[in-house]
Amino acid sequence: MRGVGASPAEAFEQAALALTAVITEPENVAAEDSAEIHCEAPDLELLFIDFLNAIVYEMATRRMLFGRYRIEIDGTRLRAVADGERVDVSKHTPSVEVKGATFTCLRVEQLPEGSWLAQCVVDV
Amino acid sequence: MDLNRLERVSEHCWRIDPTGEMRVPGIIYGDEALLLEMDEKVYEQVSNVATLPGIVRASYALPDAHWGYGFPIGGVAAFDPDEGGVVSAGGVGFDISCGVRTLHTGLTLDDVEPKKKALADQLFRDIPAGVGSTGRIRLDDAEMDAMLRGGAQWAVEQGYGEPEDLERIEERGRMAGAAPEHVSERARNRQRDQMGTLGSGNHYLEIQHVAEICDDEIAEAFGLTKGAILATIHCGSRGLGHQIGTEYLREMAEAAAAHGIRLPDRELACAPIRSEVGQRYLGAMAAATNCALANRQIVTHLTRQAFARVLPSSKLTMLYDVSHNTCKPERHVIDGEEKLVYVHRKGATRALGPGHKDLPPALAEVGQPVLVGGSMGTGSYVLCGTKESEHLSFSSSCHGAGRALSRHQAKRSWSGRQVVDSLAARGIIVKSPSMQGVAEEAPGAYKDIHAVVDAADRAGLSRKVARLEPIVCIKG
Repeated sequence: MRGVGASPAEAFEQAALALTAVITEPENVAAEDSAEIHCEAPDLELLFIDFLNAIVYEMATRRMLFGRYRIEIDGTRLRAVADGERVDVSKHTPSVEVKGATFTCLRVEQLPEGSWLAQCVVDV
Repeated sequence: MDLNRLERVSEHCWRIDPTGEMRVPGIIYGDEALLLEMDEKVYEQVSNVATLPGIVRASYALPDAHWGYGFPIGGVAAFDPDEGGVVSAGGVGFDISCGVRTLHTGLTLDDVEPKKKALADQLFRDIPAGVGSTGRIRLDDAEMDAMLRGGAQWAVEQGYGEPEDLERIEERGRMAGAAPEHVSERARNRQRDQMGTLGSGNHYLEIQHVAEICDDEIAEAFGLTKGAILATIHCGSRGLGHQIGTEYLREMAEAAAAHGIRLPDRELACAPIRSEVGQRYLGAMAAATNCALANRQIVTHLTRQAFARVLPSSKLTMLYDVSHNTCKPERHVIDGEEKLVYVHRKGATRALGPGHKDLPPALAEVGQPVLVGGSMGTGSYVLCGTKESEHLSFSSSCHGAGRALSRHQAKRSWSGRQVVDSLAARGIIVKSPSMQGVAEEAPGAYKDIHAVVDAADRAGLSRKVARLEPIVCIKG
């Protein structure tokens, strides 16, 4: 997953959309229901891992997919609302189940030109 | 991989000298062609594992090794608790006790060929596969605890299968030391409706025929004859294992620093075996192992039912069940002294040689069946453990072909429909809820399994016994 944006929140949002894209087309997921996610971690990189894992958990236990994320980050505290719908195999043809976020290639940092990068590998 | 950085010990064994913070050498098994194809990251990861506290003998990579998370996939390492040895959540991975079970069916290719399509349809209907699929079993808290403690033994007690199935499962179907109290509510929630499901990714149920016998004597002892039909199940501990892996990886990333362990890669997150978090993880991991063993037992039951509907004369009996993402306490001879060490096998199969005390009586003389899953098109292998693999690799062998292309590359190279059609032309029926999933798991995305298995055989890690070819593949 790699997200780039003007702020950490935007980079996280783009990475979360990439997470959905591993499974299905994010544009093909309707916003019928939502899940709230709250995370707090010692630093932004661990916050990113916790955030992705929270999405994985919501997808698995509610059997949902998310096509839109609204994220607020205050320091190393995150609040997000993920909009989506229940998995419909014929509509979404989901290709894989994400098991969890790994530390492999984990980076959350501001790039020299000013934009933010959030990335890591997820296990499927 | 740059071979100039390796010392060639023999035709199929290569050594990385311990340098820097490496405590032991790295050993990579494979022929020159396999080594040349191996990712440079395997070298780095084998070397990184060699820096972990308490590692004994060497950090090993098997012929199917490829770039993993922290540990290479196809990696083996053992740690001595008396020497500050560690247990690593990253070294076991997310899919705790993912493994392969192969069943005899009592049928031949001639029996099954006319009913192949009906069998594929029945299996696809009866065995939940793919993202979001759920099983019929719902476990309350007490039942979940009993399952986590009892593994396949619990499943048999519930009526899923026969007591004699347990003889041919590692640990007789139940890993000791399970501590359900260390399995979080979130891990339980991810499992509530997932018992008896295959999952997705590279997991599958295949109907295969024995295409070639490579060792007559061992094949006879395993009950394998040319043309016989087998059923093979590849799946793991589902959401429960994934969540335990996720939580302890995160916790151990912080615990390692607190215990003064310097990690060359955070994915190697670990804690001393004799620490509070290390012990908690071992209890949770054993519980997840039991979840995987129970899951494969239930899928076996569903497979038997599906076979009985289509081919009533079938009788599905166990060849063997072996896990390939594990950490097990085992006794091995280290520097001339038998010791208890914790052997991590990440994408590696335990391969006990003849005479090993943990083998069931029926296999004691010949050795353990080693089940090596290949891709949908190239087939799979049954191998047999050797005595010499004890000192070569802590009795471990390869577990699969190993990926050659990433999922993304595979998806760009062909469509799922193309893969299904080309396999159908060869008489292989593929059923899957996801065509994209099929594209990502296409035969071309994997390394040449024949080369991997030949290397394992020639290196002495295990002996080739039989080659299997699929006729039906249910993909998760």
